[in-house]
Amino acid sequence: MSTGSMEQLYQQVILDHAKFPHGKGLGVAGDLHLHTGESHQVNPTCGDEVTLQVDLDETGVVRDVRWDGQGCSISQASVSVLHDLVVGNDLATVDEIGGTFRALMQTRGAGLDDDAEETLGDATAFTGVAKYPARIKCALLGWAALTDALIKTGARESS
Amino acid sequence: MTSTLDTPARTLDATELAAVRADFPLLARTLRGGRPLVYLDSGATSQKPEVVLDAEQDFYAQRNAAVHRGAHQLAEEATEAFEDARDRVASFVGVSPGSLVWTSNATAGINLVAYAMSNASLGRGGAAARQFALGPGDEIVVTEAEHHANLVPWQELAIRTGASLRWLGVDDDGRIRVDELDTVVTDRTKVLAFTHASNVTGAITPVSAFVERARAVGALTVLDACQSVPHLPVDLTALGVDFAAFSGHKMLGPTGVGALYGRRELLEAMPPVTTGGSMVEVVTMESTTYAPPPQRFEAGTQMVSQAVGMGAAASYLHELGMDAVAAHEAHLAGLLLDAVASVPGVRVIGPTDTRDRLATVSFVVDGVHAHDVGQVLDDAGVAVRVGHHCAQPLHRRFGVASTTRASAAVYTTDEEIEVFREALTGVRAFFGLEVS
Repeated sequence: MSTGSMEQLYQQVILDHAKFPHGKGLGVAGDLHLHTGESHQVNPTCGDEVTLQVDLDETGVVRDVRWDGQGCSISQASVSVLHDLVVGNDLATVDEIGGTFRALMQTRGAGLDDDAEETLGDATAFTGVAKYPARIKCALLGWAALTDALIKTGARESS
Repeated sequence: MTSTLDTPARTLDATELAAVRADFPLLARTLRGGRPLVYLDSGATSQKPEVVLDAEQDFYAQRNAAVHRGAHQLAEEATEAFEDARDRVASFVGVSPGSLVWTSNATAGINLVAYAMSNASLGRGGAAARQFALGPGDEIVVTEAEHHANLVPWQELAIRTGASLRWLGVDDDGRIRVDELDTVVTDRTKVLAFTHASNVTGAITPVSAFVERARAVGALTVLDACQSVPHLPVDLTALGVDFAAFSGHKMLGPTGVGALYGRRELLEAMPPVTTGGSMVEVVTMESTTYAPPPQRFEAGTQMVSQAVGMGAAASYLHELGMDAVAAHEAHLAGLLLDAVASVPGVRVIGPTDTRDRLATVSFVVDGVHAHDVGQVLDDAGVAVRVGHHCAQPLHRRFGVASTTRASAAVYTTDEEIEVFREALTGVRAFFGLEVS
């Protein structure tokens, strides 16, 4: 039934992450560390939502990301991939990955260069999403929550 | 097929339907990969026939001028076109033109009533407007089936006036709990606002029971007629409601225009909301007297070309015959329900029989989010709506965040619904779910 564009959009990596998400399930209060931030983001057009917690260690490295949410496979897989990409990285690296992912969403499906693909890893699978303007916000929902949660850790200035 | 018609009304035959489709230029276009368009999103907005496009174009090309002012010939012709459109739309819904106010859309129409009540609650409009005043102890009643446009303005009015908001529930079939009317609508009720037909479930409300109860307790009725006017014969006078709002763009007309009907004596007593030019009689530096309705509620330059387009849309539908339109769509409702029922793992949110319902069918595909359903359907050229359809409480009632909605209109064909059915059949398989 499909002409192939569906397979390009819903790459196996995305379907796998949607089915078996990483980092899903919020932390309990006892797990919270000094630099923990939480953000709840909603996509008002479809009601998709994600609550994301980020925990930084004393050197500013992301110790963990926990999240919960409900939504389409693109939004849910994107948070799962986000988890894998940012845990263990410092804020400068997290910003670079986030910035590269946002740039990927602006390519209308053309994709970025090899360096960018290396930075993005599994997130490169979202290249096809950028062809569908209505779906870009699905892919960015978790990243918006991460940006906000990082501000709430107090480890960085807002803006 | 389980489709049955309640009344043996004349429907559209194949030749007529082909002729209707030929009137809509957009229906002929193709999408990515050359696929023909199957437009099943008319509940969100309808496509426009050439006569509507021509009416707007002709207005600007031949008659454009400021209406209700100016002594020149063009101003006369523009005013005539504007008021002729009001006549057409008013007559289409069975009311007098003097009781029909142009609004920018249906949301604006409902807000107009709510804000007029707010102003009356502040004492504006004097003794005549006291009937619209609300305060602590008064109640506004809505339903759980409402579009946000017929819910949020009432929540806000309650907050501004100190009145309380109550609501009628929805049963498992998606129908408003008529049996709750007697307990929820009481002597404290000042406003009963409800939809004529749900934009999610497609269920048609038995208006007479609501009007009867509202009259018994002296409450005003406000009907959201957005989904009914494009699809059913609607006579607002016969329905007996006090106010009704509907939009142009859902009834084959342009965006940017809608209409608010209000019983003439109510409009005459109601204080204005938006104030400024065109809605006044005498203005001094100290005070102003206001024009009679409908002009009292039409401040500023109006959306004249769109109104003219909406008038053309009303005439187009009138000429097709709303009985025939409704009969055709009742047939389509049966096909849509059959299509959805034929696919394993798909559940309808709303009535599963064709009685008192529109050809608007919302459903959940188990294990697949509505956005993903819509994407796969789009790949087959099928345009549907996904999400909460501006009715979050109704979705919450059914324990879902979002649904996929297929909604037909007069130009929808049996073949299109078959394309939709085939595409829907492949959805669960695509996402690796069992299909039996």
